[in-house]
This record gives sequence, C-alpha cells and structure tokens, in this order.
Amino acid sequence: MFGEKVIELLKEAERNRDTIDQYNDEKVRQIIEEMHVLFKMNMADANATTENKSLWTTVQVRHSALERNKRCLLAYLYSRMNKIKTLRWEFGSVLPPDVRELLSDSEYEWFSKYSTNLASYMRSLGQDIGYSGIDLTENLRPPKSLYIEVLCLTDYGKLELEDGDVILLKKNSRHFLPTSECQTLIRQGILKQIM
Amino acid sequence: MDNDGIELSDEEEITAQTVLRTLQNAWQNERLAPEILPHQNDMVECMLGQIQHMERNINKLPKTDFRASIHKMELNRIKFIICNYLKTRLYKIEKYCISILNDEKQRLESGTNYLTHSEYKYAQEYLLNMENHLKTTALNQVPGNMQTFDLNKLVIYPNLQSHVFLKANETVTGIVLEDLSGDQDEEIDLEEGSQHILQYKPIADLVKNGKVQLV
Repeated sequence: MFGEKVIELLKEAERNRDTIDQYNDEKVRQIIEEMHVLFKMNMADANATTENKSLWTTVQVRHSALERNKRCLLAYLYSRMNKIKTLRWEFGSVLPPDVRELLSDSEYEWFSKYSTNLASYMRSLGQDIGYSGIDLTENLRPPKSLYIEVLCLTDYGKLELEDGDVILLKKNSRHFLPTSECQTLIRQGILKQIM
Repeated sequence: MDNDGIELSDEEEITAQTVLRTLQNAWQNERLAPEILPHQNDMVECMLGQIQHMERNINKLPKTDFRASIHKMELNRIKFIICNYLKTRLYKIEKYCISILNDEKQRLESGTNYLTHSEYKYAQEYLLNMENHLKTTALNQVPGNMQTFDLNKLVIYPNLQSHVFLKANETVTGIVLEDLSGDQDEEIDLEEGSQHILQYKPIADLVKNGKVQLV
C-alpha cells in the first residue's frame, strides 16, 4: 500500500524521542522512489483521462498519497533538525565522531550553518556596550552554589582558572571548583559532579 | 533575590534595582507567554554593563574576602536570568519562525518591532537554512509538482488560546472574554493585586504593556 514506508520512518523517529538515530538513507530513497512511481502513473492516467472520467478517482487517491509522503518526509527531517539543535547546545560546535556518523551529509551541513548562525548571534549580544558577546550555552541550569565538588574522569592536563590559578586535572583526582568554570568540562564528560 | 550586589547608582533616573526587577518580570512573562513578547534589549544591555562594573569591583577585593563570593554568586544568578531570557526567546523564534517573521515584517513598518536587530537576522538566517536543507535532502528529488517549499503549510502558530496564571499590577476593567461555543461574550474586571487563570489571548496586550504579570 502507498505511504507505508513513510509511516515506518516516522515511527522509527518517534521511538527514541530523546536520542538521535542513524539517518535512514535507504528508506528515504525508497520513499522518494515510490513518489516517482506514483507520479508517473498519475501522469499517464491524467493524460488518458481527458475523455475517460472513470480514472479520476484513482488519480486523486495517488495524489493524496503523494502529498502524504511529502508531508511525512518533511516531518521526519524537521524532527531530526530539532534533535540536531539539541546536539549543538549540548556538545558545542564540534560534534564527537560517533555522533557525527549519525547525521547525513546534508544534515551535517545544516548543523554547521545553524552553529555559525547561533555563534554570530551570541557574538552580537551586548556589542553596543563593548561586550564581546555572551555564550548562551553556558548557564544551562540555575546556579545552586558557587563551588562544586568534581571528580576527574580522564587525564585532561592543566586547566587555568579565571583568577589565574592553574590546576592539574588527573584521572580520579577530586577538585573543588567554581561552578561556572566546570560546566563545559562536565558536559564534555571530563569532569563528573559528586553530590 | 536580593540585590545587595549592586551598589552603584546610575546617572539615569533608573536604579540598578529597577532594571533587575524589570528584567526578572520580562523573563517571567517570556517564559510563560505562548507567543514572543516585545524585546527588552535596553534592560539587558544596561544589566550587562552593571555586571561588567561589578566584576571589576569584585576583582579588587582580596580573594579570601567573604563578600566577594557572595557577590559572585549574585552575579551568576543574574547572568543565568539573562541567558535564560535570551534563550527562551531564541527557542520561540526557532519554533514559530515563519509566523514570527511574517508578523514582524508588518511590525517593522510601523516601528513597533518585537525582535532586536540581531534576533531578526537570526530568524531569517534560520529559515533560509531550513529551506535549503529541506530542499537538498528531499524536495529537489521528489517529482515536479511536489517540489514547492510551501511556507503556508509548514507554519506553526503559537497557541494563544492556552491558559495562563496572572496577577494584575493595576486595576483593569472591561476585558472581553469571547465565548467560543456560543455567542455570549463575558466581560470581567481585574482588581489590583488579584490573581486569575485566563486565556492568553484577551490579555495579551495587558502583558505587553505591563498591566498584568504572568505568574
């Protein structure tokens, strides 16, 4: 039946709402193929129907199937775009390679454009008063306390703090650091907050 | 939140405390209103200036000074409000991109724009990127008459019929509540300081001119 593949595609995207799956290149291709087949059949019938009106209903049904396929296909891409946006906020402008593989080439291009656009917006913030912009991806959560205790998960090396102190982040070492300076490292999985 | 961190008074009539309060109200409204509200860029920039100033003051204090850490905490909170405020706006801009851009074009002509210049630019760029992406991935490969990128079909409107909690800052009379099922419109008055649950649409203008506060 028409439009079955596209539903499978949407269900697949719906299944994991919070995570992003591998871009289903194969299925998208099949759907577009189906649309081409439908379109050709319609063209042939539409040309033949000028005198024979009995085919009109068939043409109508196929046209609806085409519209439906298009709409669902766009919905699939749109929902993925929303997920990719979240990635930008979580990982910053550079994606880890394993996540990068999940996106199609065109999606990756969209991601970089989105990222550039967001960056230039953030740079423009407060420019009139001599600010060099604000990083909105920091401060994702309301600050609860000024310092937090963190555990270092990898050998990161030296980290220079805002006040000029340099600390050495070694695997399994514990630190008591300003919250504002660890947020990015925590998200990158280098530090882990200890309750 | 107490703003003992802001000690300096402005040359302008407005004090730092008022700025923070306005910003907090704007943030609260923006988070709770279904549609995008007029921007408060002046307040944001003013506050950023204050932060810069305070950071300099704090750095003058010795590191062990107890006051320094309290002020820093305060600053972090204010920064969070600003970031979250701007981010909430971005979220709405992205979600309702097409409808906002359409409305904004008309508002720009009358000079009552809701978006700041950079937000407007961001929205346009965002839509363009989305269009390009959808075209290269899908639309250019589907059969001829399906290729159109029809904005009217993709547009998402904010749900203005949703209900909000609100508190009246001053007495407002004669708000007309439309009755969607019948034709009996109801008229109500809001007393100063009273709280209500109402549909957003009839009170949208009151939110924008500050007569009510969403809570």
